[in-house]
Amino acid sequence: MPDMNRRKLLATLAVAPLAAGVVGRAATSDNKFKVAESSREKLQKRYFPNFELTTHEGKKVRFYDDLVKDKIVVINFMYVKCEGVCMPVTMNLKKVQNLLGRRVGRDIFMYSITLKPEEDTPRALSRYVQAHKIKPGWTFLTGKPEEINTLRRSLGFKDAKAKLDKDLTNHTGMVKYGNEAREWWAMFPGEANAPWIVECIQWMDGGNAETTGAAGQNKTKRNEPGHNHSKVRNKG
Amino acid sequence: MANISKRNRRREREIKNAAKNRREIIAARLTRRDMIKAGLLTSAGYLIQKNGLSARAQFSGGGSFGDDCDRRWWDGSGGNGTPVSPPTTPFVEPMPIPPIAQTVPALSPAPTVAPNTGAGEGRTRNHQAFTTLPPVKFYEVHQREQLLSMHPELPLQRLWTFNGTVPGQTYVSQYGQPILVRNFNDLPNDNGGFGLQSVSTHLHNGHTPSESDGFPCDFFGQTKWYDQHYPNVLAGFASSHPPTGDIRESMSTLWYHDHRVDFTAQNVYKGLAGFYLLFNQFDTGDETTGFRLPSFPNFDIPMMFNDKNFDPDDGVLAFDLANRDGILGDKFLVNGKIQPFFEVKRRRYRFRWLNGGPSRFYRMYLTKSNLTNHPFWVIANDGNLLPNPVQTTTGLMMGVAERMDVIVDFSSFAAGSIIHIENRLEQCDGAGPTNNILAAGQGNKMLQFRVVSDPVTDNSVDPATNPTFYQVPTRVTERIRRCFEFDRRNGQWVINDELFDCNDVRFRVKRNTAEIWELNGGFNWSHPIHIHFEEHQVLKRNGQTPTLIERARKDVIRLGENDDVEIYFRFRDFVGRYPMHCHNTIHEDHAMMLRFDIDDVGNNNENDCGHH
Repeated sequence: MPDMNRRKLLATLAVAPLAAGVVGRAATSDNKFKVAESSREKLQKRYFPNFELTTHEGKKVRFYDDLVKDKIVVINFMYVKCEGVCMPVTMNLKKVQNLLGRRVGRDIFMYSITLKPEEDTPRALSRYVQAHKIKPGWTFLTGKPEEINTLRRSLGFKDAKAKLDKDLTNHTGMVKYGNEAREWWAMFPGEANAPWIVECIQWMDGGNAETTGAAGQNKTKRNEPGHNHSKVRNKG
Repeated sequence: MANISKRNRRREREIKNAAKNRREIIAARLTRRDMIKAGLLTSAGYLIQKNGLSARAQFSGGGSFGDDCDRRWWDGSGGNGTPVSPPTTPFVEPMPIPPIAQTVPALSPAPTVAPNTGAGEGRTRNHQAFTTLPPVKFYEVHQREQLLSMHPELPLQRLWTFNGTVPGQTYVSQYGQPILVRNFNDLPNDNGGFGLQSVSTHLHNGHTPSESDGFPCDFFGQTKWYDQHYPNVLAGFASSHPPTGDIRESMSTLWYHDHRVDFTAQNVYKGLAGFYLLFNQFDTGDETTGFRLPSFPNFDIPMMFNDKNFDPDDGVLAFDLANRDGILGDKFLVNGKIQPFFEVKRRRYRFRWLNGGPSRFYRMYLTKSNLTNHPFWVIANDGNLLPNPVQTTTGLMMGVAERMDVIVDFSSFAAGSIIHIENRLEQCDGAGPTNNILAAGQGNKMLQFRVVSDPVTDNSVDPATNPTFYQVPTRVTERIRRCFEFDRRNGQWVINDELFDCNDVRFRVKRNTAEIWELNGGFNWSHPIHIHFEEHQVLKRNGQTPTLIERARKDVIRLGENDDVEIYFRFRDFVGRYPMHCHNTIHEDHAMMLRFDIDDVGNNNENDCGHH
């Protein structure tokens, strides 16, 4: 890098976290920071890369512009030939879709992104949608493998431990939900009770997120005194 | 041995990176002045020991990082101690002490037993003890945005506050004087990138009726308010020890914080937390009476520890929304300021230490300038006074939400002496600490004590005389033993293999009975587990009698990898819903929680303990 000037070095270091402290120190001594972008722009840059994806219907879409911007969304990762957590999550999200009714596709959008874009072509995803009788409003997506991987990591569907992160059988059953315009983002376990998931998603409606009626009730699934629900415990 | 080789690999990589960075600096032809300005070179011309420049410096900045650690703070592993926030000069500002909450003469409309839904109250259930323990003091608190400085070299931050400060105002309460806090949600529409304008304020460690406890799903939205009735009453008052309760259940250092389900980490990181202190006829706040603990507020000081990240480009407080494991900050704050200093007189102080999160475990030392340890006394665990003070020279562990009241004696120091509160526990990701203890001076310096020369008197009790506080309450026979295994299934937290649902009552505790619970940790993770309502006694940790410090009344259990901890409770006086959850707030927000209810029937769910 003989031609690298100081400005360029600082720019490079800014994306190299090992030395980012070095840059910041210089900035601080001048007591100047870059003019802040809006927090919404920052979130977009950090978490929602605007990659081109293809839907199970073969349509080309931009992840941020077309799928996330201004919407309430539910996002998970899966792949067609998955024998682990994908199927229970898909089946559970079907219940969620049914409970949300006509809102799905109107103001709430569900997205499942493949972890195996090499084999999950739009056609394969379309067959999956048909086989599981998934209704409109829930879109399955594929794309360039390296971009899907970046997207997955940006959205938080990854494991901090590199070895676990590479292990597809260990991929997360967590599901991201949020309201892009309001900058609200959280996650729920994809295998949680469907009515509970529906409550979580409905908090994203905006306006007043108030105490839900259901939370004020005592739904007693197993409340009979003396009732033990038995299950195998794996000690040690 | 595996550990050693891993550390060697890490060190090799460090050396390589350092060399690469040096080459880049040479290639960029930075002038000597540039480098001094950038903090890379000392005036004597040596390269400073900075992460990535000198391999030896890896532990000196903000901790360390392991092989598996990602390095971008917004990329899931939360900073890992690599400095990515803008640098800040340490110890330039005094540590703030949060203001004491002031009462209001009356509230309008007047508080009611039933929720005043028509007037905008968000409560859903009647007060249980409003008429039996009527409030004698009233407070009004507004949760609102406030621009505050966390360091003079960083821009003002848009924080969410209780009445305008971070930490929020400190409630100073007395046993026997119930209070009522009217809690308004005046949060703004624009959250600035994280946080939900829907809140539930939990009084952590309070013997509080469920409807005032701040259950995660008792949240209320903008423009609403919520009356929280804090009876300030000892456990047992309506059961085993009528009419005033068991003095051995006295609590001292409580804190309050947002507990909104799925959004607790974001809302608390943004500032929604503060202290709540409880005094009585023994713990009086006056060092000439009762237990003669250092006088409040001059020598009895709350300290909330947090670690946070700031955007390297614009210096704005940053929360990683893609992190599922636990956020580690590279800036260390006490009472809302990055690395403040605090002037102390040559006498004893009571410090109420709180690990305010979001995720990091600490092991706190007092490091003298010659890098030896200054011993100090632990007098309370999780805000509950121990039977006797316990001296420590080997550091004090604190998981998120744990409180440790300590007595530090500065009388042996000359004026001008410098002592640091230093965390020496190595942690490189949200999963938990490595359990390596860093060398003195190589850890995270949280705060700098500066000993001043003012003449002082000290009437406080000398912990070395072994004063007696409260005995641990005697136990009664438990009604049931329940067992809980904390695990992770495809990234989803499970407790006894089940997922969280606010509406799912996992088990029911029969009011005014005792129970024993066994908590089991899973592989690879450490969790500070918090159980609401009644503090517990630790009976056994991995089959062993716990340490003198842990043999206390607690409400947070540090559950290391594969730990097995046995605890005893007595659930008295009130009924309603309460949670058990991980207080690594990132785990908590990813549903590492369950709900249990206290009622007059109870059930025997979750009692399959395998080996019994």
